[in-house]
Amino acid sequence: MTSLPATTGKKLGLVIDLDICVGCQACATSCKEWNGQGVSAPLSDDNARGPQPMGTWLNRIHGYEVQEEGRDDSRIVHFPRSCLHCETPACVTVCPTGASYKRAEDGIVLVNPETCIGCKLCSWACPYGAREYDYASGVMKKCTLCVDRIYNENFVPEDRVPACVKACPTGARSFGDLGDPNSDVSTLVAERGGYDLFPEMGYKPTNKYLPPRPRRDKAIAGIEPLPAQDGSALDRLFAWADKLMTSSRATASVNPADVSDRLEG
Amino acid sequence: MNPAYSVILFTTSSGAGYGLLALLGLVGVQHGQASSLAFALVALFIALALITVGLLSSTFHLGHPERAWRAFSQWRSSWLSREGVAAVVTYPVALAFGLVWSGLVDWPSLIGPLGWATAIMSGVTVFCTGKIYSSLKTIPQWHHGLTVPVYLVFGLATGAALLAPIATLFGRFQWFQIVLAVVALVAVLILKFAYWHSIDNAPRKHSMAAATGLGPGVRQWEVPHTNINFIQKEMGYAVARRHAQKLRRLVFLLLAMAIVFAVLAALLSPWLSFGLAVAALAAAVIERWLFFAEAVHVVNLYYGLANA
Repeated sequence: MTSLPATTGKKLGLVIDLDICVGCQACATSCKEWNGQGVSAPLSDDNARGPQPMGTWLNRIHGYEVQEEGRDDSRIVHFPRSCLHCETPACVTVCPTGASYKRAEDGIVLVNPETCIGCKLCSWACPYGAREYDYASGVMKKCTLCVDRIYNENFVPEDRVPACVKACPTGARSFGDLGDPNSDVSTLVAERGGYDLFPEMGYKPTNKYLPPRPRRDKAIAGIEPLPAQDGSALDRLFAWADKLMTSSRATASVNPADVSDRLEG
Repeated sequence: MNPAYSVILFTTSSGAGYGLLALLGLVGVQHGQASSLAFALVALFIALALITVGLLSSTFHLGHPERAWRAFSQWRSSWLSREGVAAVVTYPVALAFGLVWSGLVDWPSLIGPLGWATAIMSGVTVFCTGKIYSSLKTIPQWHHGLTVPVYLVFGLATGAALLAPIATLFGRFQWFQIVLAVVALVAVLILKFAYWHSIDNAPRKHSMAAATGLGPGVRQWEVPHTNINFIQKEMGYAVARRHAQKLRRLVFLLLAMAIVFAVLAALLSPWLSFGLAVAALAAAVIERWLFFAEAVHVVNLYYGLANA
């Protein structure tokens, strides 16, 4: 049924910390590995080892260069992007067959591969590019939040998390109930100012992104500032050595910012 | 958006078919039973054939055409499903109208109500087609107040452009057919001009900054794949935009030619109305191709586009 549930018992989702993601692609590859065998199988590749490989992925990691205001330098932000399991997703309501649905119990958005006709309209309705069509099986694929792991009683409890969360070596991905204000993920979102992607679309994504923390150093990047002179014996020793070694002829300055006329301590 | 030929054929062919069908229904409402059985049957056959070809071609781009019947189930939320339901409902209504209008079934009092029902159901179906596109917030060029009116008026104009030559074949050519075609074609001209002016000047409301939440200083550094993926193949289509201005002028030229053919058909020979049909249908195909090719999906903001 493509009409949305009025409320969902839980709001299961991911919190992605852009501050500590290193862009290693472990989440993407573990996602591909797990979902290529589980309920999402096949997650097919076409010409995987040829010159023009193309395949279905449920999680992709972009890299963005961000120049912060008032700074000359920029920073790289690794940006994993997958289904956000929106509260009011248009991808579900546009589905003509009822293959796309949002679960009332936990809010997970799924596609039934048995009834999907492969019209691709849901992928048009998603602003996040979260749905990818599988050309080999002729149906739409998307993140299932590893629904076949998180409730799997054959797993020890610490493994009952999505494959991407389990794989992340830096702990940049957290999984939990974002509908519960006291859950770990909700606390994390509150503490770090977690935000929605494309809020103006109005689809109320469940997944949240934690912004990169502000840079700690305020100086121009690339030049190590010199420590202040304190007049100690060591300071005077370096000044003496510097003077001794400085030729009377001008020498090329190694560090253009070094106008202290002394060796760096 | 990638202009899939099956979808272009579907929307233009079924649009013209529903336009023609609606006009035949209104002809029945106005004039009662058809004066020529052959004209009635051939005109209805052409209308329904165009609709059927369109509907069948729309299933070509499905991954599982054999499951297409499932698409009738979600009419409560999905415009695509509503379109399917409206299309299926229109068939028996149009067939019943055809039987009484052509005189095969002698029940004149039903011609009026069934003519209205046929015209209304044709309009409802094309309305649903337009709504599939205009309801997508992810594509600003489609999420536009003129999308549905353009679909409706183009259907009517191409339908009227077909009615005149078909009537000519059976010696049923009349002035009102030309007036109808000219009025609808002028309406298309005005609406398309307004639409293109509007999308060219619309502020770009969406940005990479909002898509990523990383602020105005964000730009793409590394793509998340080694080769083009489904998202870019389906939604990153940009080839056509280079020629968009030329193609727009071609649409206007073809519409103007259609109007000229219509006027000449009225003044010189009704057989010139065939030129009207060819020019109007060609304009519809190119316009529909541009409708897809010029549409920019906001997902491109994750793939390097700054604003959409």
